[in-house]
Amino acid sequence: MSTNFNAIYVIVARELIKFVREKGKLVSTLARPLIWLFLVGGGMSRMVSPDMGMPYMQFIFPGILGMTILFSSIFSSISIIWDKEFGFMKEMLVAPVSRFSIVVGKALSGTLVSTIQAVIILMLFPVIGLNIGAVQFLLIILMCVGLAFCLASLGILIATFYENFESFSVIMNFIVMPMFFLSGAMYPVKTLPAALGFLTMLNPLTYGIDALKYMVFPAKSGMSLTHDFSLAVDIAVVAVCSAVFVLIAGAMFERKK
Amino acid sequence: MFIIKVENLTKHFGSIAAVDGISFEAEKNSIFGFLGPNGAGKTTTINILCTLLSPTSGTATIDGFDCMTHSSEVRKKIGIVFQDTTLDKELTAYENLSFHAYLYGVPKNLHKKKIDSALDFIGLYDRKDDQVKKFSGGMKRRLEVARGIIHEPAVLFLDEPTLGLDPQSRANLWEFISKLPEKSGVTVFMTTHYMEEAEICNRIAIIDKGRIIVNGTPEELKKMVGGDVIYLKTTNNALAASELKKTMGIDSEEKNGELFIQAVKGDACIPKLINSLADMVLSVRLQRPTLNDVFLKLTGKAIRDEAQGSGDELKASIRSYRKKFDKK
Repeated sequence: MSTNFNAIYVIVARELIKFVREKGKLVSTLARPLIWLFLVGGGMSRMVSPDMGMPYMQFIFPGILGMTILFSSIFSSISIIWDKEFGFMKEMLVAPVSRFSIVVGKALSGTLVSTIQAVIILMLFPVIGLNIGAVQFLLIILMCVGLAFCLASLGILIATFYENFESFSVIMNFIVMPMFFLSGAMYPVKTLPAALGFLTMLNPLTYGIDALKYMVFPAKSGMSLTHDFSLAVDIAVVAVCSAVFVLIAGAMFERKK
Repeated sequence: MFIIKVENLTKHFGSIAAVDGISFEAEKNSIFGFLGPNGAGKTTTINILCTLLSPTSGTATIDGFDCMTHSSEVRKKIGIVFQDTTLDKELTAYENLSFHAYLYGVPKNLHKKKIDSALDFIGLYDRKDDQVKKFSGGMKRRLEVARGIIHEPAVLFLDEPTLGLDPQSRANLWEFISKLPEKSGVTVFMTTHYMEEAEICNRIAIIDKGRIIVNGTPEELKKMVGGDVIYLKTTNNALAASELKKTMGIDSEEKNGELFIQAVKGDACIPKLINSLADMVLSVRLQRPTLNDVFLKLTGKAIRDEAQGSGDELKASIRSYRKKFDKK
């Protein structure tokens, strides 16, 4: 048992060492949310009607946090494909640890790395005119951790289906980007056409971002456009999805050829 | 005492039998060599012994533990150096070994001591804080071998450990591997298709097309080819062969444009051969028996010829089968 904890620890430590070592990668991954927040958000804010009750750039802020988590969690988990390609996965698979602890270790690495990035983005709140207190700040981080774990587990599950990085652009174009656009990050789910709205409801990211909206805008809880579901539903969906993804990914790893 | 026992092991990939009913035993604290061309089934056998693959039928045990039903006990007992490197190139040499020590539950207070002494053993202590991507192929291999013994396994598997290395690194690595059983008390199980390398093994099994064709000590195997071998190039091989048969009663065989003659004392035999063939001889070379000759005798082909040919095709078809299987 303690070997399994050691394994989880060392898998997370490895990812963290690599994260700290590759500073260039951190800059490039932070560039994406910054571009969306300031360039897309700044540009769109002129076109979006002001009766939403807040500037568009503030409205998308929880969505941008969700986006940061989505990309960095999924891509961190997808490093499993790299590990397969470069052979390092074999080193882990022949070790006397359960496959499940490898999955949990990978999921926690993704969680940690993407939460760090989300916190960096979160610290921009004064720049866009938001007012966030200390407790609220911690609650947001807590929600980020939950969402990050959920998405990192999903990333592992996706990675178990692929053997090489040619699949990278497939994952990017057919999973990650649609997940982002169908999440309520950039527009309220309620205003979507029925078909799109339905797809949005199948997306765990939608619930994570919805929960983040509760935490970023506590004063506006009654407002119709900011939340689509109740907070309890949001948290429950994220928790259940996390458990399901981790368990399936663990089972997929356990399978022997 | 036998530490590895394999009985009637078979593995099918679709209709291809990669391993076809092999049985062998490896003694504790010895070097056991698994010799054969590419695609003979060596890696498949290793993967089964390492618990990465389940066999179609048959049994394999390591230190009494069944590789299928007690895979986690088996994994604790073994260290592996795969054919392709499995190091994390972004991490340093020390970090790679440290990762391994955690993964195998080596007590924390022993990590530094064990890692430092392993790095010292392979002569990479000075480079311990360098990222592995800066290492040469030979250094990476040595580092992998060091990693394989950090947790003091009972058996160390080496799958083609010298593949792609330059001759000097190869010699280096072999010297190092041959010391392992004594120094670390580990049984080495290695595969190779370089016959000359298998000489350091205490025992060798030659495998071809998924079957073990012979199993013995290098000396026993070499005795099978009956002493020295003389290769003779002549202006007319057929004529020379019949001449030798007539005047000296020597049987010869033509292989790759050369006459292949077996003799007990080759060096003493050469002058007589040249005398009897007069001007026909173009070149003579004497070869002490090697394992390659053993392979040649048993299968009728040189191991290297095979290495380029159908073995690779078989490998490719196994790979594509695995891919198909993975998709399911």
